[in-house]
Amino acid sequence: MSVAAGARDREPTRTIFEQGAPGRRAFVAPPLDVPAAPADALPARLRRAAPPRLPEVSEPELVRHYVNLSKRNFDLDSGFYPLGSCTMKHNPRLHERVAALPGHARLHPLQHPRRAQGALELMWNLQAALGEIAGLPHVSLQPSAGSHGELAGLLLTRAYQEARGERRTKVLTPDTAHGTNPATVTMAGYEVVKVGTNADGGVDVEDLRAKADEQVACLMLTNPSTLGLFDPNIAEIAEIVHGVGATLYYDGANLNAIMGITRPGDMGFDIVHFNLHKSFTQPHGGGGPGAGPIAVSERIAPYLMRPRIVRHDDGSFDLDPDEDGPSIGRLRGFQGNYGCCVRSYAYIRSLGAEGLREASEVAVLNANYLLALLKRAGVAEYLPVAYDRVCMHEFVLSGAPMKRALGIRTLDLAKRLLDFGVHPPTVYFPLLVDEALLIEPTETETKETLDRFAAIVAEILREAAENPEVARNAPYSTPVRRLDEAGAAKRPVIRQQLDVPKEAA
Amino acid sequence: MTVYTAATEADRTAMLDAIGIADVEQLFAAIPTELRLDRALELPAGMAEQDVYAHLRELAGRNVSAEDELCFLGGGMYDHYVPALIDMLISRSEFLTPYTPYQPEVSQGNLQVMFEYQTAICELTGLPVSNASVYEGPSALASAAYLAKLANGRRRYVVSAGVHPHARETLRTYARGFGAEIVAVPLRDGVTDPDAWAAAIDGDTSAVVFQQPNFYGAVEDAAALAAAAGAPDDAARPVAIGAYDPICLGILAAPGDCGVDVCVGEGQSLGNRLDFGGPSFGFFAASEAHLRRMPGRIAGETVDVDGRRGFVLTLQTREQHIRREKATSNICTAQALNALAGVVYLSWLGRAGLVELGELLLARTHYARETLCAVDGVEPLHEQPVVREFALRLPAADVERVVERCAAEGVNPGLALPDEQALLVAITEQRSRADVDRLAAVLARAVAAERAASATEVLA
Repeated sequence: MSVAAGARDREPTRTIFEQGAPGRRAFVAPPLDVPAAPADALPARLRRAAPPRLPEVSEPELVRHYVNLSKRNFDLDSGFYPLGSCTMKHNPRLHERVAALPGHARLHPLQHPRRAQGALELMWNLQAALGEIAGLPHVSLQPSAGSHGELAGLLLTRAYQEARGERRTKVLTPDTAHGTNPATVTMAGYEVVKVGTNADGGVDVEDLRAKADEQVACLMLTNPSTLGLFDPNIAEIAEIVHGVGATLYYDGANLNAIMGITRPGDMGFDIVHFNLHKSFTQPHGGGGPGAGPIAVSERIAPYLMRPRIVRHDDGSFDLDPDEDGPSIGRLRGFQGNYGCCVRSYAYIRSLGAEGLREASEVAVLNANYLLALLKRAGVAEYLPVAYDRVCMHEFVLSGAPMKRALGIRTLDLAKRLLDFGVHPPTVYFPLLVDEALLIEPTETETKETLDRFAAIVAEILREAAENPEVARNAPYSTPVRRLDEAGAAKRPVIRQQLDVPKEAA
Repeated sequence: MTVYTAATEADRTAMLDAIGIADVEQLFAAIPTELRLDRALELPAGMAEQDVYAHLRELAGRNVSAEDELCFLGGGMYDHYVPALIDMLISRSEFLTPYTPYQPEVSQGNLQVMFEYQTAICELTGLPVSNASVYEGPSALASAAYLAKLANGRRRYVVSAGVHPHARETLRTYARGFGAEIVAVPLRDGVTDPDAWAAAIDGDTSAVVFQQPNFYGAVEDAAALAAAAGAPDDAARPVAIGAYDPICLGILAAPGDCGVDVCVGEGQSLGNRLDFGGPSFGFFAASEAHLRRMPGRIAGETVDVDGRRGFVLTLQTREQHIRREKATSNICTAQALNALAGVVYLSWLGRAGLVELGELLLARTHYARETLCAVDGVEPLHEQPVVREFALRLPAADVERVVERCAAEGVNPGLALPDEQALLVAITEQRSRADVDRLAAVLARAVAAERAASATEVLA
């Protein structure tokens, strides 16, 4: 029942700065094999007065500290992690092995393209595969994450429309959108206009029609939506958006539902971002790294970020700086998160077309099976599904009846799940569902895991009916229990206060 | 074909029964038929694990990595040694496979790492506030400029030509989105021209932006550049943004002591591998005044209901998932694992080690510049102090062809800068005196051969 919470994990934690002793060290510098630099090599006024007060620890201390810290994390390799919209699918270790090959891992980004042919071919192949999956042929691997891809999408939209002499000011986002969408709109210099949701959980087409005008640059959409529902009106939506000269942007966070089944390009989207750390198994790393490549249609392609990978007639690959073209320019240094590309490329080559389709099918099957289990008596009356339709790879329950009937909130349920060794679903998102739980099991979980999760939820609800205090005060078995977040925000302590240097200099 | 799914035929039947449908196809009924892909994706067939490994190894074999040649390439990423313990820690399931610590009770490892990382970055930069990482160097700089715009609403950036070209271009890309202009200030004698810098700063300037050391390896007078923006206590002065190479901060004056308001940079040199350009991490530190305008995740210390020390994501009202269009940035997934490598690396180096490494790089860089400038046909591009990288001018030889000649001898002499007829040479602790001497010999042959070749061409 516990989350790797041995007695030792509950001892008071110390930071690395609170360990070690003056003079202790792990690093041994190589010998000074050249004459010492003369004093004027770096004039005193450019020099640092006092060294940074970094930790002074031995290597064994360092290892033990971070290994013990790691044990205070819940992770996907240890247990079920149905965090909606994050696609916590299995991370194959093969990917770590191939990414660590020195030919990939120690390749300098400014190596001449002639001596980086393997890397450029890999990126070329990955671009082709992503373009095929999206149904949009032109791909840039440069963005570092989904939100970075979104920014690219809006900057591309701006460049495309300005080239046509248009200056548009607004971007439409559904009220169910990921927070990154409206935040990106602001960063890209546009104004957000929200579009409503209809009774079926799709875009309110009439509201869209009313708001779509010549000032609208783009509609950013996730399909399936963050409610886990495929919007069947997508063709009509695309028509409305294109009708006013705007672009249609696909937030690829939910691509895992549709790989090989339908394609954003075929739905009418102009620009798509992929989250390699979601659909294509780049490990999430506790909050990155990820990568957010984009695929675009023919009309957007001229504006894609540079440099671009090109293939010469002799079959060799190159980086084209494209300095004179209408490109929006760079969004970051070098060629993007190549290491993530290596992993996702390995994944696509492992699965092939058939495997990707199977991944999506099983992701949707698993989600619907879990939903069916949670629709049974004992659960459904407290946690009804927000939109009772066949879902895609994820679904949303509302904890509002549970709150009324049992006196526990979605937050309490989530915290109690921790005691059962399960990571809670995404909670309180999407915003438009009261006490929301967004559940995404992914295709790599077994039926037994889903059965167990449903049984745990039922057990927690039964327990709450008897004594809601149990859930209200959960968790009990974790390295720490509920934390004072309000206090942390009110009096922020965001770094350690270090005393005067530990040794008198 | 490897698929990583587990549903057997029996499982599928049982699951479909529970759902109350006959086949998987029905699950996709909401997708209009005309939008369905009526064929298989055109992708190569799936492969077994060992075959994928062989393919990826074959691709790796067609790259010349820093393991295969003597590499003096820098220009933003550097072939520093990554200690073995980092490989071990970042491949632990507990660090590799969770997501952002939305459930702090089971994410204390990650959250404490963020807190330690923030502390280490504050120490390095001499600034009181750090976030838990952003994507990488150049976009970190663009994000810093966006912070300046949020702070003062002005839309004009004064940017030194010593800033990495990728960072300048990234800033330009971002700025075109939110509508800001960039004024470039040229270099003089290898560093930002102080007169042009001062003249470019005006009342509409939102931020001033320089790089330390600059792209050509020269150490800038950071304090003077920041001071030109105005007195630190003048609330109306433009935001002083410095993009720093963190590996030098054991010996170079701390940005916080130089009047820098926002210090960003590429973190790769701190324990992250080259990876052909990423993933690495960007660091982002600032003065107290900018705390609530910071982009990205920030961990804070607190206590749990039993009074135990713990850590949480804090000041989240800045962030996109709470503030949506009013957020200070759109960033969500960033570089937690890379930042972990960064703080482990800094702890491994330790207080003395960071300084020793800085001094070693300084001495070897000085030696390398002297040695290479003694080569016939090679001269320094500038005479400014250098600490880990420097630019050479090859006045009479085609620099790209010189690089090719060196590469053929197994030495990558650095980055060719054809516009300046220059070569940018980077030094790390992995490049010994013997390596530098070898570079000097190879470079001498290459330059001589190029000059002979071009002389022949002229005669012909």
